[in-house]
Amino acid sequence: METYTAMRHLADSWGLLAMVLFFIGAVTFAFRPGSRALSDDAARIPFRDE
Amino acid sequence: MKYGTEIVFSAILTLIALLGAAFAVDDAFRYHMLIAVVLLGGFTIALMRKEDFAPAGPVDDTRYMDGPIRYGVIATVFWGVVGFLAGVLVAAQLAFPDLNLEPWLNFGRLRPLHTSGVVFAFGGNILIASSFYVVQRTCRARLFGGNLAWFVFWGYQLFIVMAATGYLLGITQSREYAEPEWYVDLWLTIVWVVYLFVFMGTVLRRKEPHIYVANWFYMSFIITIAMLHVLNNLAVPVSFVGSKSYSAFSGVQDAVTQWWYGHNAVAFFLTIPFLAMMYYFVPKQVNRPIYSYRLSIVHFWSIIFLYIWAGPHHLHYTAVPDWAQTLGMVFSIMLWMPSWGGMINGLMTLSGRWDLIRTDPIVRLMVAAIAFYGMATFEGPMLSIKSVNALSHYTDWTIAHVHAGALGWNGMITFAAVYFLVPKLWGRERLYSVRMVNWHFWLATLGIVLYASSMWVSGIMQGLMWREYDSQGFLVYSFVETVAAMHPYYVMRVTGGLFYLTGGFLMAWNVYQTIRGRVRDETPMGVPAPVAGAAVQPAA
Repeated sequence: METYTAMRHLADSWGLLAMVLFFIGAVTFAFRPGSRALSDDAARIPFRDE
Repeated sequence: MKYGTEIVFSAILTLIALLGAAFAVDDAFRYHMLIAVVLLGGFTIALMRKEDFAPAGPVDDTRYMDGPIRYGVIATVFWGVVGFLAGVLVAAQLAFPDLNLEPWLNFGRLRPLHTSGVVFAFGGNILIASSFYVVQRTCRARLFGGNLAWFVFWGYQLFIVMAATGYLLGITQSREYAEPEWYVDLWLTIVWVVYLFVFMGTVLRRKEPHIYVANWFYMSFIITIAMLHVLNNLAVPVSFVGSKSYSAFSGVQDAVTQWWYGHNAVAFFLTIPFLAMMYYFVPKQVNRPIYSYRLSIVHFWSIIFLYIWAGPHHLHYTAVPDWAQTLGMVFSIMLWMPSWGGMINGLMTLSGRWDLIRTDPIVRLMVAAIAFYGMATFEGPMLSIKSVNALSHYTDWTIAHVHAGALGWNGMITFAAVYFLVPKLWGRERLYSVRMVNWHFWLATLGIVLYASSMWVSGIMQGLMWREYDSQGFLVYSFVETVAAMHPYYVMRVTGGLFYLTGGFLMAWNVYQTIRGRVRDETPMGVPAPVAGAAVQPAA
């Protein structure tokens, strides 16, 4: 089953690497310097409406 | 004309259903199509009677569109009571088999009615309604697409009724949580794509530059459910005017697809959008921003990345490759961390306002919901471990786990959202009765405790009896002996379900009276909440 083998190899090599990097990137971005003020501001969005 | 397009569309659908009934190749499909004709025909006539030929005024874009949300909240309460009632009935059928009323009301047909009723009708309606409420208020924009939001509401109700009546007629494709046949699946796909369109359109025209975290959770719910629903339901109908279809997959691929869908229905339907509700309604009700906004972002990405892989833990010790089973187990265990991160984030939002648990039953419902979420997301990873699963799989332990999550987490956070939304949506000062909310809370809690503890004991007993060998290597118990031993626990479960159902009736009454604008004469609960900043309560 060629498609299976190809998918299987993609999943545990480049696919895995790409997802891990994206995840690390997302977490790093959330904790980048200066994000605290922006986050505190974003957390107040539900209260701006009324 | 206000509803010109809508009337034509609805009339065409009625005609298609009528043709389906006329040329049906099996009786079940004919009756099912006749039900559709009645529903769609009735809807078309209702629209015609509501038609207004005066030129429509311009839509005020600064006002929120709350009509479909009001209907959605009422539908949530209605389907909730129906779903709980069906649950009590199937529980009673297990304890007293004589209650199986052949052929329409036997356990096999009522059980999917119960699961779909509570998950998709009760849960689905509050998710659609609350997502429309939250997205407008956190984007400060009116719903996109005009009457399309109404289409989402009514289209979804049609899906629910067609699914439910189909089960009773014996129409099923036997896929867990995806029992409706191909034509009902196609209809849901259309409704869901329109839902995505309305939601994303609203996000795109937001006036708030940042997309609030709750909307991220809702978006991933809508997109992922679309993907899961379409792939899991890939099937070839035997006839375009018949109720039977065959899956595009076979054997172990079919099993893996089903549980990839099945577990992600738990993830992306019963967890992620309910977390979206937590991230909006908990801060609103306690009047404090979420404990850590950055934790909520990490929570989002980690739960998205991990959940989608957990499905194979439903297929331990089967023909699924061993590495896939282990993968499912490992990802399930890893899920414990983001789940508890989210739980801590929700609970710690109360930091400094813990006194509200004493005075505000809505906060009490929320805290109990989050606590049950934490408990269920600890139990889940534990059950996914192969050696634990060897004991628990196919026993009532699984049922206990599911209901601790569904009744505790999904149910209670939904009740809290309903109680939060109703006074706001109908412009009432407060609920008809806050004390009744408290009664609802205790009835629900007691119901869950009875339900879960009886099923834990029953399930572990069942698992241990199944694997008991004597010194000769023979099984000690026959299957029917385990069934007989479980009878008392099944009766206890019915009792727990009755408590939970009673709470549901109280909610329906409370919501009905609030909408009518009545206020019950009662002593307020606890002391009035202290003014912000004043040190009346010790800081937690």
